[in-house]
Amino acid sequence: QLKESRQAVNNIRRLVEEDDDEDDVERVSWSGEPVGSISWSVKETAASSQRADREPAFPKISTDTPSISRSQSGYSLSSLFKGKPKVGNFQTFSDALTDSSVRLYAPELRKPKSEYKDYVSDWSPEETVQRLQQGKAVSLERFRTLQDKLLLLDHAIAAHDGNVITAVLIYLKRTLCKEVLFRELESRQTALRHFIHYLSETQNQRLLLELHRALGRAEDAALLQYKEHLSITDENKRRDFLKNCLSLPFSAEDLAHVQDHYTLLERQIIIEVTDRQAERGGKVEIFQKFPRKALILNMPLITTLYYCCFYHYAESEGTFSSPLNIRQTFKISEKQYFVTALAARAKLKAWLDVDALFASRNWLGFTRKKSPLSFQRVVDILQKNSAPTHVLQDYVALVDDGELRLTLAQKHKCHDIVISTYRDMKDRQLLLGYRGKVVRGSAEERKIDDLLSNPQIRWKN
Amino acid sequence: MMRLRRSHLICCAASKEKMAAHLSYGRVNLNILREAARKELREFLDKCAGSKAIVWDEYLTGPFGLIAQYSLLKEHEVEKMFTLKNGRLPPADVKNIIFFVRPRLELMDIIADNITSEDRHHSSRDFHILFVPRRSMLCEQRLKEQGVLASFINIDEYILDLIPYDGDLLSMEYESAFRECYLENDQTSLYHTAKGLMTLQALYGTIPQIYGKGECARLVANMMLRMKREFAGSQNQILPVFDTLLLLDRNVDLLTPLATQLTYEGLIDEIYGISNGYVKLPPEKFAQKKQGEGSKDLPTEPKKLQLNSAEELYAEIRDKNFNAVGAALSKKAKIISAAFEERHNAKTVGEIKQFVSQLPHMQAARSSLANHTSIAELIKDITSAYIIQCFPIKSHYVNTYIEDCIAQKDPLIKILRLVCMQSVCNNGLKHKVMDYYKREILQTYGYEHILTLNNLEKAGLLKPQTGSRNNYPTIRKTLKLWMEDANEQNPNDISYVYSGYSPLSIRLTQILARPGWRSIEEVLKMLPGPHFEERQQLPSGLHKKRQQGENRTTLVFFLGGVTYAEIAALRFLSQVEDSGMEYVIATTKLINGTTWIKSLMDRPESPTQ
Repeated sequence: QLKESRQAVNNIRRLVEEDDDEDDVERVSWSGEPVGSISWSVKETAASSQRADREPAFPKISTDTPSISRSQSGYSLSSLFKGKPKVGNFQTFSDALTDSSVRLYAPELRKPKSEYKDYVSDWSPEETVQRLQQGKAVSLERFRTLQDKLLLLDHAIAAHDGNVITAVLIYLKRTLCKEVLFRELESRQTALRHFIHYLSETQNQRLLLELHRALGRAEDAALLQYKEHLSITDENKRRDFLKNCLSLPFSAEDLAHVQDHYTLLERQIIIEVTDRQAERGGKVEIFQKFPRKALILNMPLITTLYYCCFYHYAESEGTFSSPLNIRQTFKISEKQYFVTALAARAKLKAWLDVDALFASRNWLGFTRKKSPLSFQRVVDILQKNSAPTHVLQDYVALVDDGELRLTLAQKHKCHDIVISTYRDMKDRQLLLGYRGKVVRGSAEERKIDDLLSNPQIRWKN
Repeated sequence: MMRLRRSHLICCAASKEKMAAHLSYGRVNLNILREAARKELREFLDKCAGSKAIVWDEYLTGPFGLIAQYSLLKEHEVEKMFTLKNGRLPPADVKNIIFFVRPRLELMDIIADNITSEDRHHSSRDFHILFVPRRSMLCEQRLKEQGVLASFINIDEYILDLIPYDGDLLSMEYESAFRECYLENDQTSLYHTAKGLMTLQALYGTIPQIYGKGECARLVANMMLRMKREFAGSQNQILPVFDTLLLLDRNVDLLTPLATQLTYEGLIDEIYGISNGYVKLPPEKFAQKKQGEGSKDLPTEPKKLQLNSAEELYAEIRDKNFNAVGAALSKKAKIISAAFEERHNAKTVGEIKQFVSQLPHMQAARSSLANHTSIAELIKDITSAYIIQCFPIKSHYVNTYIEDCIAQKDPLIKILRLVCMQSVCNNGLKHKVMDYYKREILQTYGYEHILTLNNLEKAGLLKPQTGSRNNYPTIRKTLKLWMEDANEQNPNDISYVYSGYSPLSIRLTQILARPGWRSIEEVLKMLPGPHFEERQQLPSGLHKKRQQGENRTTLVFFLGGVTYAEIAALRFLSQVEDSGMEYVIATTKLINGTTWIKSLMDRPESPTQ
């Protein structure tokens, strides 16, 4: 049906070719917005101002703004607090705000009655919160006693405005000692979450950790500290930081993962140093034939395993880069190990290694191919790494489901399998049909001819 | 036969801007809201007398594009527009420089840099800031610290809470709302929601009935009622347009966004991402190949298309199950071809003239058909492996499937969607299974995702099984969430939007309209958060006298996001002949499983994965 409409579209196009002046119909610039939209005009007007100044006109003036990414989250008010504002001088907000001019509202749209009482100065907690919500001048200094401050906080919480709650919290943080503040926050979960969010946005890690500890949220604190490793770029510093994390009060399960994380990075650093030397030395063949494209540092474990299966496959279990050692240390599941090793060796076209992966000897000493993975998936992986037909054939033959086996054999041109399947089905017609698909004069064609002329086979058709 | 609503797009470059006509087609004329927003914008611009240049926080150009176009700004003497970035402002011979920015500290630093690099001796330009959607004390404080606050003549805010997206759709485009509400326990987005609803009521009348389900819904209703008390004295004299408001928490239905939406619009969003009503598509299929031209200059930039109900064909097919889109397109193709064939019948000068006069419209229809055929082809090429469907399967098979997906290094977000889905459907995962998944995920995608997994646990999307009973089967059966024989071509139930799974959120909405929530008290109690009903008193004389057979209108507000498939299901319910109910949809953000899970991750995936 899609073809039908595609055909219609193409036909009509030919029909109206002569007057196909699409700009008259739809003013849309190719890569962009409709002509006249705001984002289109930003580029247009900016570009024209450049031209006026006879500077080289860069076609895309608005692209290089790495600091504000489009994909960043929306105008979230709780994420206002990026960066490091100097805390402790909150009282200056009030005079900052008095600078600004009278605000204009849409007529009567969002103007509650209470806003008219602008000339009183001794605001109640409720009024203070309202003024804060409206972005008006207000001083918090008049809330001196603990009781007053808490009342103010409770009113702010009741307003559910994160901006206001945070503003009050900053004031409390400045004027109360930690112990009291933490204690009072414990019974005010909403305010507590806002405080935590504020501290983490302003990267006040120390106070945050203290807070978590004071509240007995050891695991949260541990995760929070662990998170900091993401901002450390130097690998050695990052490794040392992760090592320090091991003493944090993680849950047993998380601790095991963090331990693995540390062990992995430690190894990656060692492997990276050794391999860089080997690559520069120019003596190790594999690095010459397949130069490394990226550093292994900070890659996931399975990617590291793949790397080691690629460059260090035959190493004895004693080295850090030996795939077997990695499998042991990190307790990688059989399936994961198998898939990864298979993909890496297939990529190198090391078909003997691939073959060996499946080898399993039974007690009589016969070898047969075993796999923790369905053979269909095996064929899939091999084929993606452009394995030749003679290799694929061995594995297609091992697919259990007869129908699936035949489909795969046809798809990957494993002629022998197709031919012998048709023979077993005693289907002369299909075999005859398949004769047209093999290369003329090839061994396969001869094989088909032999079968077709074999008087001993009782064809069913 | 060929009524083409596209025509209003034609002259957007003209000096007088036309109304966004598609906003007024619906049951409720959302153009009023758009006009109110435009009025406020004009008033602000007029406050800065003389010629102006606007410096844009680039993120805002998307949402503002839904409110106004350049022509409106130009009428108010905006001569130049720039993107906000560090360094000296580009030269522009204007009296005013206005910064349109979100209240974010890092943007304040850029503004401060702009202003300090300004050549004081030669420039006498006035500076203004417009914060969208709200002023922030901390931002102003930051400007003061940088020593530039005094340079501003005007500091103002432009409250853009609810943005009209389409004739029946409003969005706050507040991306982090779900994360803030359920992970960080920050209720700022709810405050904005309540504010937005107050604005809406100022324009469309007090909504007499409020229903809700969930913690956040309860909070929003409370805030609205309190704000109404603050307005006490000035009674709203507008005849109510909405009969009912339904507030729904996203965490009442965590399952729906995890599945892949199977409507046309839903799939476009899942695969390419619709942002502010636009989608960017791979250009290959859209190249205009004229005869005799080689493929030498194929465009490399993505093709950007606007998607809304102003386009007749799109309005027709957007909410269909994707499997029904092919038939609709080929039907349309026949109609259009026939229209073009008409020219052979045009014999007299008058007939030819008539044909020619219709040609622009026909060409618009043709190009619309071409575009959607291309999009449908693109989607069809995406393999079925991409689709995550919600069906009853033995958990043993699910485990193996997820394990295989991890071994194949499928995108992490797909894995997380699957794992969360299994957890939500089974009231948690067995400890052994959960440990296994965690280990495999961390080994394959990196240990730093411990943080993401923790977030998912906090949001309730992932949890270990406890002794408590699994209520999901009861909920599923009572609400008929899984339908065996979904009719994709001619749907008779909302389950068509997920090819057999009906979104719980929409089922709740449907049942509220008829026969009412009292019939499902038991199930409501199993779902998280309170359910409630409130009434708002109307001034006497504003009670609607309903004509017989007149439909009622419900505004459904999804707190924490809604998917296009859910919207499609509500539109389907509006169209069912005897439903007697029409729906207008509002949300904090239009989401899909990917954008939603991403908003909960602590370190978003790198694009290469």
